[in-house]
Amino acid sequence: MTRSTSLTINGETHVVDVDHRTTLLDLLRHHLDLTGTKKGCDHGQCGACTILVNDRRINACLTLACMHDGDDITTIEGLGTPDDLSAMQKAFIKHDGFQCGYCTAGQICSATAMLKEAKAGWPSNVSSSLDGKGALSNEEISERMSGNLCRCSAYTGIVNAIREAAGETGQ
Amino acid sequence: MKQFDYSRATSTSDATRAASVHGSAIIAGGTNLIDLMKLEVMSPDVLVDINRLDLHQITPTQDGGLRIGALVTNSDLAAHETVRRDYEVLSRALLAGASGQLRNKATTGGNLLQRTRCAYFYDTAMPCNKREPGSGCHARDGFNRILAILGTSEHCIATHPSDMAVAMMALDAVVEVENTTGDTRKIALDDLYCLPGSTPDVETVLQRGDLITAVLLPQPKAGLHVYRKVRDRSSYAFALVSVAAVAQMDAGKIAQISLAFGGLAPKPWRNQQVEAALTGQAPSEALFDQAADILLAEAQGFGANDFKIPLSRRTLKAVLRTVTETSQ
Ligand SMILES: Cc1cc2nc3c(=O)[nH]c(=O)nc-3n(C[C@H](O)[C@H](O)[C@H](O)COP(=O)(O)OP(=O)(O)OC[C@H]3O[C@@H](n4cnc5c(N)ncnc54)[C@H](O)[C@@H]3O)c2cc1C
Ligand code: SF4
Ligand code: FES
Ligand code: FES
Repeated sequence: MTRSTSLTINGETHVVDVDHRTTLLDLLRHHLDLTGTKKGCDHGQCGACTILVNDRRINACLTLACMHDGDDITTIEGLGTPDDLSAMQKAFIKHDGFQCGYCTAGQICSATAMLKEAKAGWPSNVSSSLDGKGALSNEEISERMSGNLCRCSAYTGIVNAIREAAGETGQ
Repeated sequence: MKQFDYSRATSTSDATRAASVHGSAIIAGGTNLIDLMKLEVMSPDVLVDINRLDLHQITPTQDGGLRIGALVTNSDLAAHETVRRDYEVLSRALLAGASGQLRNKATTGGNLLQRTRCAYFYDTAMPCNKREPGSGCHARDGFNRILAILGTSEHCIATHPSDMAVAMMALDAVVEVENTTGDTRKIALDDLYCLPGSTPDVETVLQRGDLITAVLLPQPKAGLHVYRKVRDRSSYAFALVSVAAVAQMDAGKIAQISLAFGGLAPKPWRNQQVEAALTGQAPSEALFDQAADILLAEAQGFGANDFKIPLSRRTLKAVLRTVTETSQ
């Protein structure tokens, strides 16, 4: 059982006829050859599959492609190119925000959207006030990024990269 | 994953009609249902996608409360200005749950109806009365560290895993439900959930075809709002024990208090006797112990989860200290 679905991915329209069971993650990797997005756990527990749908970060493994007709999707391939990296991608390289690199695409997509959430004044579990005006401390970054695990534990570099991309001095 | 048909609801009546067919399931954020479908713990024949319905709004109600559409995401609800200001315990509970990515997808209705995280329920090679009525429950004598100490039955000791629902319970939330004939009814959140008894597969009073359209919050409760969640790691983990509290002090006494508990029972747990014992009293360690005694009078551990009994006592007392010290 399949359904014709139209999605805009990294600015390009794709019309695909997908089995209902196909997750958005499998559509990207297996049908469209956009293998930058990674599959870690396939159960929403690791964040390796993080992409942006209509500008919000989600786990691509826990949603079905056929549910996203008309949606606007950005993957790591759409954030920057090898010749023209995004500020977040550059910061990850500068601060060694990875070791094996498996979680990196998810980390960068997640961090990119997370900064927008923080700018919009969304509080987090560690914010002392809910007014959303607190500074983006290391503790705030760690909490807001807790949906992205790194088996290599490159967390220090990841936090520093995010601080730099946020316009704060990493240290 | 088993094959299934997919339909997209264009109206609430369309959704209830489609969902009333045997074997169909409503899908909202999908973060729980798709997970369970991958493992074939749930295998619906038809998915009814309700995401295009107009249930994404948060609006004030005539009586000074709030109406939260069933499709409002956990992120949007936690960040909503009125919720942050007047229903702080709800924002706090939401922010303590899952991850940024999951909260962007998880919906208000789906969060209420998420299934237990009991490992046997997730493992189709094991018996489980909830998944397969009558097959047995190996959790009672097995790996039950995360499971319940209150409200259990000999057939099931699973917990309801939601944080959001615990805060909503303390706030006296009401669930708005539309049925297949187009009628809307209101169910107090406390009455939505059933205890397992001899039918742990029946988790709520909802009937096939029922669609949750909204959650209604009454007027905000004055006083200090606290949500305290104890878990195995400091983020991105379910609660072992959680306490939602709203308390107001007056002249050194507890004028009003409402309390709800997560991680302890098959439903978000509330015990009015605990609140009654605290109301009108001056805070003291002895009083807090008395409250914990009432809460835990019928608590029963199953070995690996015995620790939850002292842990919930300590967590309740810590929360009571916080809400009574700072809201004088
Ligand atoms: C790794 C991980 C960690 C998590 N951690 C936490 C945590 O710490 N705290 C916490 O509270 N939760 C946690 N969650 C659970 C998460 O909050 C739920 O998966 C989510 O809230 C479910 O909402 P949904 O919209 O995705 O539901 P869905 O998966 O779409 O649906 C869930 C159920 O609700 C039914 N349903 C949905 N909407 C309606 C409606 N309007 N009317 C009738 N029926 C409906 C569906 O048929 C289904 O049975 C975690 C999940 C994961 C994967
Ligand atoms: S506790 Fe409930 S959900 Fe867990 S195995 Fe027993 S019957 Fe199944
Ligand atoms: S692969 Fe999606 S969260 Fe792990
Ligand atoms: S860099 Fe290896 S998992 Fe993160």
